[in-house]
Amino acid sequence: MNRFLAALLLLSLAVPAVAQDGLPPAPYAYQQLEDPALEAKAQKLMETLRCLKCQSQAIADSDAPMAGDMRSEVRMRIAAGEEPEAVRQWLVERYGDYVSYSPRLTALTWPLFVVPLVLVLLAVFLLRGRFRRKDEP
Amino acid sequence: MIAELGLAALWLAAALAVLQLVAGATAVAGKGKGLSGVVRPVAVVQGLFILLSFLVLIVLFARTDLSVKLVALSSHSAKPFIFKIAGAWGNHEGSMLLWVMVMGLAGAFVALFERRLPERTMLATLAGQAFVSLGFYAFLLASSNPFERLNPAAVEGNGLNPLLQDIGLAFHPPTLYLGYVGLSVAFSFAIGALVTREVGPAFAKAMRPWVLGAWIFLTIGITAGSYWAYYELGWGGWWFWDPVENASLMPWLAATALLHSASVLASRDALRTWTVMLGVVAFSMSMVGTFLVRSGILTSVHAFAVDPERGTFILVLLAIYIGGALTLFGLRATTVAEGKQFNTVSRESALVINNVLLSAILAIVLFGTLYPLVTEAFDTKVSVGPPYFNPVGAIFFFPMLLVLMVGPLLRWRTDSLGRVSKPLIFAGLAVLAAMIALLIKGGAGLLPFIGMALAAGLAIASVLPLRGRNLRRTPLATWGMVVAHLGVAVTLFGMGCETAYKVEKLEAVKVGESTQVGPWQVTLKAVSPVAGPNWTALEAAMGARYGDGPEYTITPQSRNFWTPPQQTAESALLTRWNGQLYAVIGGEADGGRWQLRLWWKPFVTLIWLGGLLIALGGTLALVGRVASDIRRGIARVKIAERKEGMA
Amino acid sequence: MSGDAATRQKRSRWALWLPLGLFAAFLLLVFYGLVRPANRDIESAMVGKPLPEFALPQAVPEREGLSKADFATGEPSLLNIFASWCIPCAIEAPQLEQLRQEGVTVNGIAIRDRTEDLNGFLERNGNPFERIGADNVSAVQLGIGSSGVPETFVIDGQGVIRYQHIGMVRDADLPLIRSKLMEAGQ
Repeated sequence: MNRFLAALLLLSLAVPAVAQDGLPPAPYAYQQLEDPALEAKAQKLMETLRCLKCQSQAIADSDAPMAGDMRSEVRMRIAAGEEPEAVRQWLVERYGDYVSYSPRLTALTWPLFVVPLVLVLLAVFLLRGRFRRKDEP
Repeated sequence: MIAELGLAALWLAAALAVLQLVAGATAVAGKGKGLSGVVRPVAVVQGLFILLSFLVLIVLFARTDLSVKLVALSSHSAKPFIFKIAGAWGNHEGSMLLWVMVMGLAGAFVALFERRLPERTMLATLAGQAFVSLGFYAFLLASSNPFERLNPAAVEGNGLNPLLQDIGLAFHPPTLYLGYVGLSVAFSFAIGALVTREVGPAFAKAMRPWVLGAWIFLTIGITAGSYWAYYELGWGGWWFWDPVENASLMPWLAATALLHSASVLASRDALRTWTVMLGVVAFSMSMVGTFLVRSGILTSVHAFAVDPERGTFILVLLAIYIGGALTLFGLRATTVAEGKQFNTVSRESALVINNVLLSAILAIVLFGTLYPLVTEAFDTKVSVGPPYFNPVGAIFFFPMLLVLMVGPLLRWRTDSLGRVSKPLIFAGLAVLAAMIALLIKGGAGLLPFIGMALAAGLAIASVLPLRGRNLRRTPLATWGMVVAHLGVAVTLFGMGCETAYKVEKLEAVKVGESTQVGPWQVTLKAVSPVAGPNWTALEAAMGARYGDGPEYTITPQSRNFWTPPQQTAESALLTRWNGQLYAVIGGEADGGRWQLRLWWKPFVTLIWLGGLLIALGGTLALVGRVASDIRRGIARVKIAERKEGMA
Repeated sequence: MSGDAATRQKRSRWALWLPLGLFAAFLLLVFYGLVRPANRDIESAMVGKPLPEFALPQAVPEREGLSKADFATGEPSLLNIFASWCIPCAIEAPQLEQLRQEGVTVNGIAIRDRTEDLNGFLERNGNPFERIGADNVSAVQLGIGSSGVPETFVIDGQGVIRYQHIGMVRDADLPLIRSKLMEAGQ
């Protein structure tokens, strides 16, 4: 609806590419890893990690300096051999589930996983009931 | 002076809405015979006044009348003219006025052109429309007055957000609002039908063109928004399951289900309860969306920064309208007589499955979008994004695609799968062929893989209904269905292809050096400063060569606006039949190098092409139906007159 | 109406009220979201855990760099995350100075800063820091779960993070910080 406001808050909160701090970006903020397989792993992970200083963007989609720092950190860890899920875990240990766009199954998030199942059952129930009733010549 | 005219017109329109409601309600209750003749004209005049009010706002923005607070806050005299006008709806108050205007105009059009319904149902519909408008009129007049004056007048305006200074602003909000608010007509029709207990084919036939029209605009609006975000935000993303994006998707899902359900009700007199329910749900989703975006309770890059007081106002409106409609539904729906029967294997049943699955996806999107609020009640923040919505949505979407392939081929009331399995073999072969091709190519994740394979099958299956028909005698509505379903296949293929096979290259290059991204070789030729009406920029001239083809020059910019101060990345796109090259110039790196961001996105344009195809299909269906309705219109009026003469 | 149809009606009656029920739940949820004060702060999940190992170079000539070992003194201290380009950091400088005068050790980490800018900042606002580490890629900031500037952490004598204060330290916040420091000392 108001996607054109895509900028309104992005505007007020986002930081220009040339950071307010004037320092160059972190080493791997805008530089890809040499190994394309590792870079692909890192990219997939970065698309699911949340930028903490933006309103709602993945770190892969933001020019904020902190997002750049996070990308650099992620790439360096992946290059050092860490698995993407371990890197995600590392970040979640520091910022909580907020930093990951992929919700874990916890005591607080179980409805997210149960509701789709309930909907499937509900759908089956509704349709079976309807079709059994309607199967009259 | 003019601003006061706009405000006066707004008040008058609101007053007329009151009259429309009172006259309509009393006429329906059977108490004011004389008033029933007044309702239609009042609806038309109300539409005219609210249109006048909106036009006044546009004039104020076009003139940059800085004595009006809204103009001072969101416009600037140095802005290009088209953005001055489009800026009228690029803010909370202006877009709210747009909302109310579309509602008023929709009511006026219904009053002018709708002749199919029994008179009492029509009056109930117009009264319902007025009732809903009144809440939003009150909201505008009490807390979001677009015509508020600023005394003394400002010297200069704050300017429009640079990311909005784009042609997309001229298209995206108006089409989206025509869609959202157009669904209010379906809502009012549903209320009218429930109140007068007239849920039948006449109700569905009356509602169908309005739903189609709103749905077409909504499809265009969402497609335009996606493309706009894609090239404007500088990272090439076209959907993020952001709360505000979801707020536009949810009404669309409901409207799609409503569209199909109304078709069944119109031609087969079945699915009465579903249709009236969806009629209520569709506009309810529009209102919920408006609330979510303006209340500030959800974190989104798109949300308005509005105070919670306004959010509470809208919430109260929601409670009254949606709560009222759903209560009416609960009370009256059981007395809606059963429609005609149909068998397990029939087109009706395919559409029932369609309804159920679409509703499930709608429920998932709503639930996932709101879930962070639930956890906040427990002092925990979670984020729910693409890694959740994509797979969970697919659980319902992929089976729906299978039904989509079979459904249009089935006959009404009763059919057998055996009869349709022969033509469907072609679709099945297409799916298999696609799977084999994709496996050979490799590299695609599970979801894009299944998506692309199903898209191939759907592309074949969507044209199968034309098999064996005289193509020139095929009704336009059937063509519309074929084109729209084909559009779904095209969009899905584009989404899968881009997700699976996009190539990204980030590199710091010196002027004169080149780099490779996918099949493209890109050379940085020059970086030079340029200036625009309200910005300065560093423009990069890049030469791009596909394989050993000719070299094209593209000029992405890194722009700096000064009112308000903001830097944006203006991407440069090079479109081929098989995809797009997406280029962005970043900051300066060490050693006089420039940060380049390049993507090769295979078949990404299919995403929006498919969206437009879907809208085209809807348009064909609408034109076809309206044309045939006009042909039958005279006969219908005669029948209605005869009925009234007998009553 | 046949008996079969009547049962059908009864069975579906409750289903017809389901949408209204769901909407009521939605209203409650959303109303709650509206009335509670919006809290956009992202809290660190590292409170209660030890500081990660780190060794930051010095940021300005007059102060040494900062490492984890500097916190293992046996006494609780404050860790302030700041930057010269951060305006609230300038506003909270007097409060930090106040705490330093009360005998609290305040160590600083400067995020993405240049020496010249830092020197200017410290000259204008005073220098309450015992040590200042330069964190130009936010490595330590990420490591302790800090998401912006300014933030102030209470670290106990064994290097364990005990409390996080997000945003600038105002006068009104001083009593709470002092009590958290005392808690950390026990």
